[in-house]
Amino acid sequence: MSRIKIFSLVNVLMLSLFFTKAASCQTELTMWWHAAGEPAQMALVQELVDEFNASQSEWKVVTTAFPQIAYNDAVVAAGLAGTLPDIIDIDGPILPNWAWAGYIQPLDIDESLIANYLPGPKGVWDGKLYGIGMWDAAIALVTRQSYLEELELRTPTLEEPWDAKEFQQALDAAKNSGKFDYALDLGMAWTGEWYPYAFSPFLQSFGGDIVNRSNYQTAEGALNGEEALAFGEWWQNLFTGGYAQAMQDSADRDIGFTTGKYAFTWNGNWAALGILEAYDDTIFLPAPDLGYGSKIGAASWQLSISSTSKHPDGANAFINFALQPHNLARFSEGTGLIPATAVAAELTNNYRAGGSMEVFFELSDSQGMLRPVTPGYPVMAKVFEKALADIANGADVADTLDAAVDEINANIQQNKGYGHK
Amino acid sequence: MSMPNNPDNYGLRLVTRYVVLTVIAIIFAFPLVFMIMSSLKPDQQLLADTSSLKAFLPVGDISFQNYENAFSRVPVGLFVFNSMLVTSVTVVLSLFVCSLSGFSFAYLKWRGRDLLFSIILATFIIPFETIAIPMLLITSKLPWIGLDGFSIGWLNTYRVQIVPFIADGLTIFLFVQYFKDLPVELIEAARVEGTTWWQIYRLIVIPLSGPVLATAAILKFLVMYNQYLWPMIVVQQEEYRPVMVGLQYFFQTFTKGGIAWGEIMAYLSMITVPVLAFYLYIQRAFIASVAATGVKG
Repeated sequence: MSRIKIFSLVNVLMLSLFFTKAASCQTELTMWWHAAGEPAQMALVQELVDEFNASQSEWKVVTTAFPQIAYNDAVVAAGLAGTLPDIIDIDGPILPNWAWAGYIQPLDIDESLIANYLPGPKGVWDGKLYGIGMWDAAIALVTRQSYLEELELRTPTLEEPWDAKEFQQALDAAKNSGKFDYALDLGMAWTGEWYPYAFSPFLQSFGGDIVNRSNYQTAEGALNGEEALAFGEWWQNLFTGGYAQAMQDSADRDIGFTTGKYAFTWNGNWAALGILEAYDDTIFLPAPDLGYGSKIGAASWQLSISSTSKHPDGANAFINFALQPHNLARFSEGTGLIPATAVAAELTNNYRAGGSMEVFFELSDSQGMLRPVTPGYPVMAKVFEKALADIANGADVADTLDAAVDEINANIQQNKGYGHK
Repeated sequence: MSMPNNPDNYGLRLVTRYVVLTVIAIIFAFPLVFMIMSSLKPDQQLLADTSSLKAFLPVGDISFQNYENAFSRVPVGLFVFNSMLVTSVTVVLSLFVCSLSGFSFAYLKWRGRDLLFSIILATFIIPFETIAIPMLLITSKLPWIGLDGFSIGWLNTYRVQIVPFIADGLTIFLFVQYFKDLPVELIEAARVEGTTWWQIYRLIVIPLSGPVLATAAILKFLVMYNQYLWPMIVVQQEEYRPVMVGLQYFFQTFTKGGIAWGEIMAYLSMITVPVLAFYLYIQRAFIASVAATGVKG
């Protein structure tokens, strides 16, 4: 081998060592994500992480995925054991609880990136931003244009949604047509967070709420006042009146609407693409205005930084990187979820002006309402779920709501008001 | 065997018994048949078939697509390996430790024996959920010396899934009860001959304990193979997760088209195979043990 070749070989080896060394000099940041078992979303996460790792030489994000059902328990367990990662994704309504419990710390985000954000993806607790989402999710009353025409119903709009009377007329028309097993699919096969996310907006549209939001110290009057009682009677009538099922199996929830069993389905934008494939005249209607405006749930998964992270600057750098509009758009295109800004929405096929799911962005922007922003929310959510399930199955409305109020209030007192000022 | 008094009547009874048992067997087999048949169907067909007998038949659009999809969603092989490793090691260690413990409670006389046995029995009524968090806090601070040196904390390891479950009250109780029913003359004779306690355990008691070993092994196997809560909170890395945590991978809210039921059935079919194989392997001993327990007293 000639001397030049040996020299070249040594040079190549030296350079390789240098670059290997440079790459390994990146400080590792650990990140937990809730979507194990969802290959499409995990591929997007990995793509984002790879781009961030390649974009600079200081930080290297390493992702661990968890199944969503087990995720919150795993994070709480890690919080107790002191093994939280640097970056955690977190479901919006749980955020105040984790901030209050000391699991996460405030973010340091470039304000220009979130200046025109939808309200839902901002995770604020105690006046500080603890979490920021790349997307939001929204619910609509889904039906077919042909059904509305057959039933001789007006097509409601964002500006002029159905009021309570019109909604009842729509349900009556669907029921009396004899064409459907039930007029409305509420998704009763789903449990847990679905209840407060999907159904508490009905309560809020009646003028009630899960808790009094002026100080979050009591549910008295909010969950058992006159408006809440009216909501409870209305809710029970949906089932006793034969408009919806109190007990629903998963098969009906998954394919009931697309097989003609229901006239309307109360469902989220994540299911929209599948429904659009089944019916080309699918339309997404705004929530009915039951007296106090049309409401839907807001807030989905958000990025946050653990309080034990030794590298919050690196974690913040990653989150700032992730919030760029093209990243928001990429996640939306890959998952069907609503991009967090109008700029990003314009970069997508589904949510840009004229896109098949544009209405969801508008719904989220104009009707989205956060679930109670309080550390007590996880308990309130479970109490609310039980109360609504009981009422749907025939329990006395007033007694059930009073019991729910007592349980929520007792929990607030046990936790000394959850730190609300 | 004594001859029946009325052969004709005996034959009728025999046929009736077989018919009844066959019907019961079919009823018990239904869930398994449903699971396997559903694993071969696309979701739309699977859900549509649930309202008819088609749910139990291999009809319609049959394929192994759900199995292929399940493998792409979850590292099935890794999770089954993890569960089998954790389960088999725990079962072997548990049989050894608990049988030794049972031997001690049954045959040896030592101060505080009855009190300690009562305490062990009392642990039956404590649900695991109530001690999960204290156990998490303890195991997260435990020291360890391994091939990679000294470390603190057992999280994200196989040992954190094995060690806490080696000894348990029920298994010790099973051994104690079984050992007490063995002929005490055997033990006394061996002692007179100068046999050590260890030799009695190893050469006399254990060879006579096949049924209780099988029963304890099956019960421990089922408990360990179905572990969910504990690995969920102590295992944060995918490489150590067991099959039951893997099952949760299929219940994602944002999965297009809803939950992939066909894939779930395919996954369940795959992870059920080791359990069935293990049970079939030692079922005779298990039945013998249960039967023996039933005629005691």
